[in-house]
Amino acid sequence: MSAPLDIVRVRSDFPILDLEVKGKPLVYLDNAATAQKPLPVLRAVDDFYLRQNGNIHRGVHYLSQVATDAYDRSRERVARFLGAAGPREVVFVRGATEGINLVAHGLADVWLQEGDEILLTRMEHHANIVPWQMAAQKTGARIVVAGVTPSGELDLEDFHRKLGPRTKVLGLVHASNALGTINPVADLARAARREGAVVLVDGCQSAPHFPVDVASLGCDFFVFSGHKTCGPTGTGVLWGRGEWLDKLPPYQTGGDMIARVSFEEGTTFREPPEKFEAGTPDIAGVIGLGAALDYLENLGAGALAAAERALLDHVTPRLREIPGLTIWGDVENKVPVVSFTLDGVHPHDIGTILDHEGIAVRAGHHCAQPLMKHYGIPGTARASFAFYNTAAEADALVASVGKIAKMFA
Amino acid sequence: MSDLTDLYQEIILDHNKRPRNHREIPACTCSAEGHNPLCGDEVKVFVSMEGETLSDVAFTGQGCAISRASASMMTGKTKGRTKAEARALGAQVRDMLLGPEDAPLEGIGDLVALSGVRQFPARIKCAMLPWHTLEAALDGRGAVTTE
Repeated sequence: MSAPLDIVRVRSDFPILDLEVKGKPLVYLDNAATAQKPLPVLRAVDDFYLRQNGNIHRGVHYLSQVATDAYDRSRERVARFLGAAGPREVVFVRGATEGINLVAHGLADVWLQEGDEILLTRMEHHANIVPWQMAAQKTGARIVVAGVTPSGELDLEDFHRKLGPRTKVLGLVHASNALGTINPVADLARAARREGAVVLVDGCQSAPHFPVDVASLGCDFFVFSGHKTCGPTGTGVLWGRGEWLDKLPPYQTGGDMIARVSFEEGTTFREPPEKFEAGTPDIAGVIGLGAALDYLENLGAGALAAAERALLDHVTPRLREIPGLTIWGDVENKVPVVSFTLDGVHPHDIGTILDHEGIAVRAGHHCAQPLMKHYGIPGTARASFAFYNTAAEADALVASVGKIAKMFA
Repeated sequence: MSDLTDLYQEIILDHNKRPRNHREIPACTCSAEGHNPLCGDEVKVFVSMEGETLSDVAFTGQGCAISRASASMMTGKTKGRTKAEARALGAQVRDMLLGPEDAPLEGIGDLVALSGVRQFPARIKCAMLPWHTLEAALDGRGAVTTE
């Protein structure tokens, strides 16, 4: 079991946390939108540009080889992070959104047919909705939506009612970015695959918070965004089961994903994962992502989880005490995301006033408009914690929200 | 440095809590819907006309305190005015928020409470939304968005 976090030392790895905002110390509680980057990640990116920058693609000169090796090492690192069978199952993309687009686009080509059903949930992020809507439009497939309970969990009865032999795709979020609630992915994926469906899991809010093993989850595709796991922006990962990556057609085409290009004899493509990585990627970003996963591993998954659990358990009961405040997704099994509304105060006003106190939260629909509409709210204020936040920061949030409640009363 | 009370003045909080003319006008002459996709403000503005005069102005919708207060004050200030006067008032509000620092503010009355929004650029769209929507209604356009 890993030692508990030395919070002072950890915070010193993130100089941005010492920033002052409007004369107040920054309290960064928007980690679900993007996480901060520790010095080892920034150094890895700098080092790349300072001493390793060459284009990958196995050129014959030194820098090209050094860059290629570093890029390949990151791929292996991500494969290990996810428990993948091998690095060939890891595709680097710009973010989870691009990963989902890649899969939806490909499945529309080779898998989906008229009358097929794509099962999604009402709590999905737009990135796991819109690409499927496009795929449905193209193929004549139908979107079916599994509902949510008032407490912010998936309505499992509804899910099983709507899952059936016509379901050809299941798009499922692992942990909701709007509510923090965690879905029983392994069970649901098993049920879906039994019906012959392909399962894609959105791991944007799970990968940063607890260990993910794609074999145990039993899904066919898994996406997460590197910039939410303390990696650079512009990086993300699509993990795909080998046989599915073989089946999917290329998404973007051009250089580096080809084996041979000919006007006369036709063009052939490389095997996965290169088949899905056309053009020069964000090499520095990918290397930074590898460094980020190393950083998280060094801290220890157990220590990270314990720190985040402590923050969630500290802030939740204190927020509950504020009159007129409702927590959405107020359940035990969740990641450290607290979405709340205050009677008579629009989330946008909460966000502005908190910002004035140096506190960064996200206010709005969180790219989950169908979920907000279902609950009949315009949006929420969302505080999302990371392992480098402190109980004092949680207290600052609670104090400010209490003041806001009084101000608008 | 901007002070929060510049933005959330008493009068704004009052109009947010007890918005004036917060109702539909069932047999209105014209109406329009406004939407601010970035923060989710929605407003619908209803206008009854008698000749060139706005005999009744009302609004519905859900939005932040700034957009609600702006809409509420707008209905009060534009009711009984002519179309031209209502448009001119909208232009004055726009100048107050987006124009040069010393834009003339006579005749603006209570609306001067919105001047604090200027220091919070992210919220200017919220204050302007009801006014854009009113313009759309007077122009006979059904909907506006701030994107």
